[in-house]
Amino acid sequence: MGLRGFIRIAIMRNSSLFFIYITSGVVLLSLLLVHAFFSESARQPVLEEKAMLVKMLKLTDLCLFTEARYTRHLSQADLNTAFQDHPMSLEHFPSGSFTQPPESIRKFP
Amino acid sequence: MIELMNVKKVFNAGNPSEFSALNSVNLFIEENQVTVLKGPSGSGKTTLLSIVGCMSRPTAGRVKLKGREITSLPERFLTDIRRKTFGFIFQQPNLIKGISVLDNVMLPAYPLGEKRSHLKVKAMKGLSQLNIGNKAASKVEWLSGGEAQRASIVRALINDPHIIIADEPTAHLDTKLSYRFMEIIEKFKAEGKTVIITSHDPLVYESSMVDRVVNLRDGQIEN
Amino acid sequence: MRHWIEKQRYIIDFTISSLLRRKVKNFGLLALYTLIVFILASTMFFTYSIKKEASLILKGTPEIIVQKIVAGRHDLLPVSYIDIIKKIRGVAAVESRLWGYYYDGLVSANYTLLTPPGNGSSADHSKSSAKTTVVESESGGQQQADKSKPLFELGGAVLEPGTIIIGNGIARLRDIGKDDYMPFRAFDGNVLNFRIAGTLSSQSELVSSDLILITGEDFKKLFGIDNNYVTDVTVAVNNPSEIDMVASKIRKVLPEARPISRVEILRTYDSIFNWRGGMMIVIFSAAVLAFVIFAWDKASGLSAGERREIGILKAVGWETSDVIQMKFWEGAVISLTAFFTGVILAYVHVFFTGSIVFGPALKGWSNLYPNFELTPFVNLEQLTTLFFLTVVPYTVATIVPIWRAATIDPDSAMRFTGE
Repeated sequence: MGLRGFIRIAIMRNSSLFFIYITSGVVLLSLLLVHAFFSESARQPVLEEKAMLVKMLKLTDLCLFTEARYTRHLSQADLNTAFQDHPMSLEHFPSGSFTQPPESIRKFP
Repeated sequence: MIELMNVKKVFNAGNPSEFSALNSVNLFIEENQVTVLKGPSGSGKTTLLSIVGCMSRPTAGRVKLKGREITSLPERFLTDIRRKTFGFIFQQPNLIKGISVLDNVMLPAYPLGEKRSHLKVKAMKGLSQLNIGNKAASKVEWLSGGEAQRASIVRALINDPHIIIADEPTAHLDTKLSYRFMEIIEKFKAEGKTVIITSHDPLVYESSMVDRVVNLRDGQIEN
Repeated sequence: MRHWIEKQRYIIDFTISSLLRRKVKNFGLLALYTLIVFILASTMFFTYSIKKEASLILKGTPEIIVQKIVAGRHDLLPVSYIDIIKKIRGVAAVESRLWGYYYDGLVSANYTLLTPPGNGSSADHSKSSAKTTVVESESGGQQQADKSKPLFELGGAVLEPGTIIIGNGIARLRDIGKDDYMPFRAFDGNVLNFRIAGTLSSQSELVSSDLILITGEDFKKLFGIDNNYVTDVTVAVNNPSEIDMVASKIRKVLPEARPISRVEILRTYDSIFNWRGGMMIVIFSAAVLAFVIFAWDKASGLSAGERREIGILKAVGWETSDVIQMKFWEGAVISLTAFFTGVILAYVHVFFTGSIVFGPALKGWSNLYPNFELTPFVNLEQLTTLFFLTVVPYTVATIVPIWRAATIDPDSAMRFTGE
């Protein structure tokens, strides 16, 4: 007879299972969005600590890509260095996979 | 009940392979009778059957169902009528593989959106009436030939049709099963249904419960 | 209405049974699609959160930074420039900065060395968080920034000559901590050993992971920088609205100078993480497109078995529209499942596991990967766009090619003989 077939007839329809899955997906996603909302306020002190370090040490960039100076200090990069070639700095892998070149060189003065 | 007037059916019109399956057919099918359409291969039996059962339209001529003209009804209405009025039994059981017998049997009723509990009860009743109730949850691949044929009959009946149409139903059944099949037909007649069968099996057209035999040859009815 | 809902449920039942018949193939399809959504959504969450955080954190960057450019490169700035800039109207204060890079061959990592700004730090003591307090004391009273020897203290660690305060990323990478020693190769080949006075907090890694705080003296000793030079200077202005004007004045007075304003810095971070750019999105959008094409192709080239099935459905009373609805659900079931699974996993991936899958891509050639917990900032607009981009094309691609096959008339369907 087939265990699955038996279970399916005895317990639940496919469509019900699907609806349950999607509904729980929606619920879960909503919960995560609520989590995001509350995290914002919960993480205020951490954000403030970072902001304070920036002010105190006079930092100018986030420490994201430490592989080269023009990726570590994106805002300080020379006008002529790499990472400034357009479009989209795709050749600067892997940093280019996440970022575009700074605005300052994408818009001509 | 069902009236065909001057019905013609041409396939592949305009192509070199054009051929005329039915030529000027005039036919009246009585209610609550078992009518058999008999004839050799290529005589147009299946074409005639499909026109009678609202599965295709004639190229020329008119078709009336219970006095109502249906020749030029839009597809949606035609399908609706077909769903509610006719039950089809094919030569091969033509069940959908990979799903259970029960699901197969309920399939024609899905578009009608009937409540599942009701539908399941109807289906189980039909299955047990034909002695395959215990196979409801089985996959169709595991049925024997006779069981599959019976399942397809239950499927044909799921929407309580008035008219049963069967195309060469005994073509793949042995003698014992063929007799069993005719018994089921007898039951239909007793329930007030109309039955139309195409067959070239003497077991069918020489059966005592057949009320009328229509002979077809080369797309025309012989008298 | 009741009937319609029930009908849809039946159709979904049938569709899922249909899909389950070819489990391996369809689960593979689903897994692949979920992966694509996962990567796209992760990238979206990641870049948007960083963008938001950057805009909040970097609000306190210096108003103007002045670099000296020589032959197109950022060169050391002569100390004499400071007085020149101070004289410009509108300038409130000018401070020198000493910072640079050091490559540590042992672990193949780049560090950023920085001398904490001397006196006159504008840290807001009253708003300090419970974790770190800043105390600055000077020895010998007010002095010019470049000649001062102030004692810098951060969270209990005192920065004296011979000591360094390292970022948490470095501590992790080299497995060293307070009171350990770290050798550096100076410009003249000598080895300088510095004692680690403390580490910066792990929560601040997003800005400090690769930092090494070092006294000005030690910095110059390490890199062989003359007392007459600094890396660059920061300029504070009296009136924030005059920043651009002051910057242009600086350019006029010092033609080789390149002023960078706070606005430019913020704009940089605002735009570089625009997720529409970036190779990730390009590649994976191409993947989605390829997927959709594949779905279309699959749908338009029906196998004999599939045709037969549609024929049977038509023969037992299904209309063309019913068959189309079935195909719709086939596409929708897969894409909806892929969407929700992918997005939820992406959220967990980025905000609970710190984007570990992206680790290699973010690390790049350097081994220093900041271990940061991003604050979950989610852009609903992006989410809805992603939803429409993943669910709609795939569903449509499954339906449209089916049209032809779905319109098969039941008569032909009835004529099937043999399996």
